[in-house]
Amino acid sequence: MNTRILHIATNTFREAVRDRVLYNLIAFALLLTGAAVLIGQISIDIEKLVVINLGLTAVSLFGIVIAIFIGIGLVSKEIDKRTLYTVLSRPVRRWEFIAGKFFGLAGTLIVNAFLMAIGVFAALLYVSRHFAVSDSSLLSALYFIVLQFVIITALALFFSAFSSPLLSAVFTFSLFVIGTFSEDLRGFAGITHGISRVLATGAAYVVPNFSALNMINQVAHGGAISSQLVVYNTAYALVYSGAVLCAAVLIFERRNLK
Amino acid sequence: MAAIEILGLEKTFSVGSWRKRPKLALRPLTLSVEYGEIFGFLGPNGAGKTTTLKVLMGLVFPTSGTARILGMELDDPRMKAQIGFLPEHPYFYDYLTGRELLKYYGRLSGVDAKQLSQKTDAALERVGLRDAANLQLRKFSKGMLQRVGIAQAILHDPKLVFLDEPMSGLDPMGRREVRNLIEELKGEGKTVFFSTHILSDAEALCDRVGIIHLGELRRVGSVAELTSSVHSKVEIVWQGAVAPAAFKTFGAECHTAGDTMRAVIAEESQDTALEALRRERLRLISVTPVRMSLEDYFMTQLTHKSDPNARGEDRRDRRAASATPTQTQAYAGDRK
Repeated sequence: MNTRILHIATNTFREAVRDRVLYNLIAFALLLTGAAVLIGQISIDIEKLVVINLGLTAVSLFGIVIAIFIGIGLVSKEIDKRTLYTVLSRPVRRWEFIAGKFFGLAGTLIVNAFLMAIGVFAALLYVSRHFAVSDSSLLSALYFIVLQFVIITALALFFSAFSSPLLSAVFTFSLFVIGTFSEDLRGFAGITHGISRVLATGAAYVVPNFSALNMINQVAHGGAISSQLVVYNTAYALVYSGAVLCAAVLIFERRNLK
Repeated sequence: MAAIEILGLEKTFSVGSWRKRPKLALRPLTLSVEYGEIFGFLGPNGAGKTTTLKVLMGLVFPTSGTARILGMELDDPRMKAQIGFLPEHPYFYDYLTGRELLKYYGRLSGVDAKQLSQKTDAALERVGLRDAANLQLRKFSKGMLQRVGIAQAILHDPKLVFLDEPMSGLDPMGRREVRNLIEELKGEGKTVFFSTHILSDAEALCDRVGIIHLGELRRVGSVAELTSSVHSKVEIVWQGAVAPAAFKTFGAECHTAGDTMRAVIAEESQDTALEALRRERLRLISVTPVRMSLEDYFMTQLTHKSDPNARGEDRRDRRAASATPTQTQAYAGDRK
């Protein structure tokens, strides 16, 4: 990696790590995982299902909150506080700044997901006393959650490149919600005709397909995840994030920093 | 080749939330700054100083015109590795300590990893922040932030340093230290381009100054050149309680102090004024040339109205020639 991107990414990571809000969210996520153990104990025969479901949902939900919360300010906050001036007056190109910010936050979210995943596995071990071979699919589900974080980070960064933090949060969260129901959007496109079909199909392809990356329910019920799906989803997340980042760079390259 | 070459740089912003309208922030600006020079960019708030610096730093894109720094284009990373920039009212990552911040900027500027710690400590020492090196910036005072801002601008040993209002937020001691630092930079052969509205700093430091007002560069030259380009004045003091009637024709305001009177008049009226005193049999005490300060000159430039139809040097020449008696009288009045 370009060393300037690495330095900006490291600084972004450091900023997130020193933000107290981050620890509150992680603590809350771990608390929720702990609560899953309690709820599991009163759910006869489905303790494991409850722990996996609640645990992974907590990892996903809090990671997304962190991605949106930090991501929306990545560029706009630097412009508002004018910290960007002393960065861009150095031999740093604007695309390097965007890339550094992206990798910094994505790295933060991966570390967070790892820490929270330890909590989920600890809860699972407490409930079932041992790990089964099928539990390895949890890793795939967690990996897909991380891919969601990557896409959301790219989206938050994209909106942050040209709008205020509040609007960026609204846009990113809206896309997350719509993307979660993207399969329904495709289904809707299939039963409509004319212009509605064109619009619904277009929207279904433009919004991120988060439903394909949500395997929590499947792994909670002991379902396996094929390696083919892992490859497809990885390619999809990388291409989608890459395209969104390119759009962010195109906008940011032309922006006057007043 | 000059260190900074600006050719017809112009910037228009769109303002207004709904109905966008153009606002001219910078009229075509042409300027060159030589290597090793301390150049002061003077102007009141909103004159276009910061916009000019932002364009040069690549933070804002010009509407038209070009500029080269150290002979390179504005977006050339090789050029940016050789310049330092202190923005106005700097704000830095407050979760970092002073040392961490400088190391971060040093890495971005391509400072060799082996020299980074030594250069960081040297820069902190130079701005008097050695003892606060490990303190988070959120605990820094305004003056300390300004100092760390200067440190990050000189950390990587740049050839050219841009400082936007470097004395802002500093106490008199801090201002003196920054003045000394700027002189040291010049001594090291560096070029310094700094904007300020504190004219005494510019007068004390600058080899040349440029005066910008309403986005238009009004004059460029050394302080001596600029202040001598306007009609000189003399202060005449005499004994007595009355002023000769002829003094009214000069438009001079006469002031009484005890049993003496004084008046400041244009130098070319001096002989006539002295003749009038002799005729009235008033005893002359002194005739003293009045040196125009940069501040006086600056004020005269700001009171000139901009002529949108005029262009370039012609316009400036006309202005220089149009230091009319009315304006000098106003100036004389201001000084009192």
